[in-house]
Amino acid sequence: MPKTWRNHALLAYALAILAFLYLPLMILALYSFNESRINAVWSGFTVNWYASLFNNRRVLEALTNSLVVACISTVVSTVLGTTGAMALNRYKYRFKAAINGLLYLPILIPEIVMGLSLLVLFSQTAIPLGKVSLILAHITFCVSFVVITVNSRLEGMEAELEAAAADLYATPLQTFRYVTLPLAMPGIIAGALIAFTLSIDDFVISFFVAGPNSTTLPLYIYAMVKRGISPEINALSTLMMLTTVLLIILAHLLQGSPKKASPADE
Amino acid sequence: MIRLEGISKRFGDQVIIPPTDLTVNEGEFLTLLGPSGCGKTTLLRMIAGLETPSSGKIFLADKEVTDLPPYRRDVNMVFQHYALFPHMTVEENIRFGLKMKKVDLQEQDKRVEQVLAMTRLQDLRHRYPKQMSGGQQQRVAIARALVNNPKVVLLDEPLGALDYQLRKNLQLELADLQYDLGITFVYVTHDREEALTMSDRIIVMNKGLIEQDGRPGEIYHRPGNEFVAKFIGETNFFDLGDGLTTLLRPEKLNLCPEEGDDGAHPAPHFFGTITDVVFYGTIDKVFVDLDGSKQEVVAYQYFDDARKWRMDERVGIWWYPQDEVKLSK
Amino acid sequence: MKNGKFLIAPLLLWLGIFFAIPLLIVVVVSFAGRTPYGQVIFNWTLENYVRFFEPLYLSIFADTLWVAVLTTVFTIILGYPLAYYIAQLPKKWQQPGLILVMIPFWINFLIRSFAWVIILRSQGVLNTLLIKLGFITAPLQLLYNDTAVMVGMVYSLLPFMVLPIYVSLEQLDRRLLEAAYDLGATPFTAFRKITLPLTLSGISEGTILVFISSLGMFIVPEIMGGAKAALVGNLIQNQFLSARNWPFGSALSIVLAILSLVLITIYYKALAAGKGGGKDA
Repeated sequence: MPKTWRNHALLAYALAILAFLYLPLMILALYSFNESRINAVWSGFTVNWYASLFNNRRVLEALTNSLVVACISTVVSTVLGTTGAMALNRYKYRFKAAINGLLYLPILIPEIVMGLSLLVLFSQTAIPLGKVSLILAHITFCVSFVVITVNSRLEGMEAELEAAAADLYATPLQTFRYVTLPLAMPGIIAGALIAFTLSIDDFVISFFVAGPNSTTLPLYIYAMVKRGISPEINALSTLMMLTTVLLIILAHLLQGSPKKASPADE
Repeated sequence: MIRLEGISKRFGDQVIIPPTDLTVNEGEFLTLLGPSGCGKTTLLRMIAGLETPSSGKIFLADKEVTDLPPYRRDVNMVFQHYALFPHMTVEENIRFGLKMKKVDLQEQDKRVEQVLAMTRLQDLRHRYPKQMSGGQQQRVAIARALVNNPKVVLLDEPLGALDYQLRKNLQLELADLQYDLGITFVYVTHDREEALTMSDRIIVMNKGLIEQDGRPGEIYHRPGNEFVAKFIGETNFFDLGDGLTTLLRPEKLNLCPEEGDDGAHPAPHFFGTITDVVFYGTIDKVFVDLDGSKQEVVAYQYFDDARKWRMDERVGIWWYPQDEVKLSK
Repeated sequence: MKNGKFLIAPLLLWLGIFFAIPLLIVVVVSFAGRTPYGQVIFNWTLENYVRFFEPLYLSIFADTLWVAVLTTVFTIILGYPLAYYIAQLPKKWQQPGLILVMIPFWINFLIRSFAWVIILRSQGVLNTLLIKLGFITAPLQLLYNDTAVMVGMVYSLLPFMVLPIYVSLEQLDRRLLEAAYDLGATPFTAFRKITLPLTLSGISEGTILVFISSLGMFIVPEIMGGAKAALVGNLIQNQFLSARNWPFGSALSIVLAILSLVLITIYYKALAAGKGGGKDA
């Protein structure tokens, strides 16, 4: 059958491309356990690179910076983005095009442009480059993603539910507390996870607005790569990949299905 | 029970409902009937407080509620697509209104049990809306409204999303429930059959205007104008030369042979040729082209083995004078 | 709840202050001059935009466009069959398949580029392997050249292409293909006449995403490219962080931003026109 032959060819192609996507990452992870410092020759299994990572004061400092920046910018961008998305979803605004532009341009514009424009702003307003400037920048590029994620959840929500709550004696505050918020929650959490991932992963914008004492993990990795190859970078990269993958899986599970539907019977 | 005085609704320059008066009596099953976009749902939502009227006053049990928000009005609504809270079980959905009103817990339990039994939902109480069929969801929506002992229940096309057979059964069930509880129902639908079978009184609406207000029989047999006549069922219009339009329902028209008629009935008004006979179970729909005009009329004839109407047959059309409905042109 | 309308104010205010105003400042700076020490002087000059037309910078821009075109073409060649394969899987396998494609996309660009450094460098995995197998005796120069940059770009941006193509394939009405087979079309004809035209919107969306991302890319060339492999992104970065010529850097980034936004606008206009005319974009 030519059809199965075609299917096999397609499968082989798909697998080859998946290999292209994953092999480099697997090799990267594999070599974080290689004893040899310089060579690609396998010279024995070790977890020394991980151990030295955890004894490296500067790595720990970068990790702390990354976490502090990511946590604060996640919280702020989630609150800002969620209230904004809810207001957008509920009310009609004039200048809708301008509002949409302001919301979507930060996503569409090249990251590098956003990074340097923030650098220019901070230097013009004499805001020192450091954790504060980092946090301000991270909130700015995260917030649009939160708005979009929460908004898509709210759009999928039946508008009549809030009317039903009001009809059943719920005040606007109670409607928000018992109906709107719980239903929007998966979207809000997904938005927060995306914000956190974006923040902890960001290199380009941080590269422009970080100061000497606010090195984040990606900035640290960059500095290490520039200095020369060392298996410590592999170890650090592997840990970051694992974190990213876990966060993505978590976001997917949360956004997936809150309650599994079973076939109706009557 | 409900009184609307000069209620109107505009969106910008567009008038949805011109100033309108309407009274709903206590314990009545009132239906707002009309084609989609006629303003019936808007009217219902203004009573619920979900839309603000552009002018006029709304009274509920003689108290003005025009400016009260929906959560301060003693009316409850059954929404078109039920609007059940997807993150709550059947029982939580039903309990919601009582919880918001802070009814004490024992009373809550008692009333929830009552309506669960009334709507036969006891076994489904821990299900989520997604896990239920349309008919079951519909019953939850009704239970969720009734549990609050509202003065009025507002129903917005509550059977619209269900299939024909289920809708038929639920129509009777709903009408019985209303009759037993004696609660005032205001029901919105575009389905004339539904309106005719369930209601005590029907308000026919078109383009925001009330076209007729009357009992189902009146609406059907004595339509006040052409719109009502056409909307409520098939109708034949005749010009008998008296300056008025004469209107006859197809089942009021009788056929007789052109010749050899026994004459035991009023003389035929018109003669014509049968163009089509369509079998409808208990009746035949007979289409007749009138002589000397292009008019086609339709008559329902009870199925009769002894007398079959055939295509191209010449017939006379007669009726009893008391079945005529006269409308000014 | 009339006041609820103002809940959007903090969000708009934030984006106004930290997104719109900085961009406007960049526009202003792009018309400014500078002192020999890098200080910005506001003297309204077009000098920075004129300088953009010097052969050196024009050739960097041309290189950037060329790399973006090649990256786009390669991601289509690699991405379309993969998306096609996932879309024809049984429903329950499609989601996991898609996640498998998207996971690398979420992993840091930096790390993904670094992974290729490990493989391609002179004492790297590939050279070591080739020497061990006896194909070569001395390590090849695989890294720090244009090819390496291309590999890195295609690798980084491939998921951007797969996702929109998958979406358009998934929405394709299978009955159209059945109808085509029924009317005697060979699988190849059916693909060319039906599947391909109807998934063109997915391809063009992927093209926009990949093309714009490669225009602004600077990590991959920074890490995998040699001295010659500088793209516009690297040039901009250089003007801001090393050369301290902010006005010129600003002018370059304004050109880059406008180019990106024009491409996006053209794409959406074409999409809207295509839908309006009942044809696929």
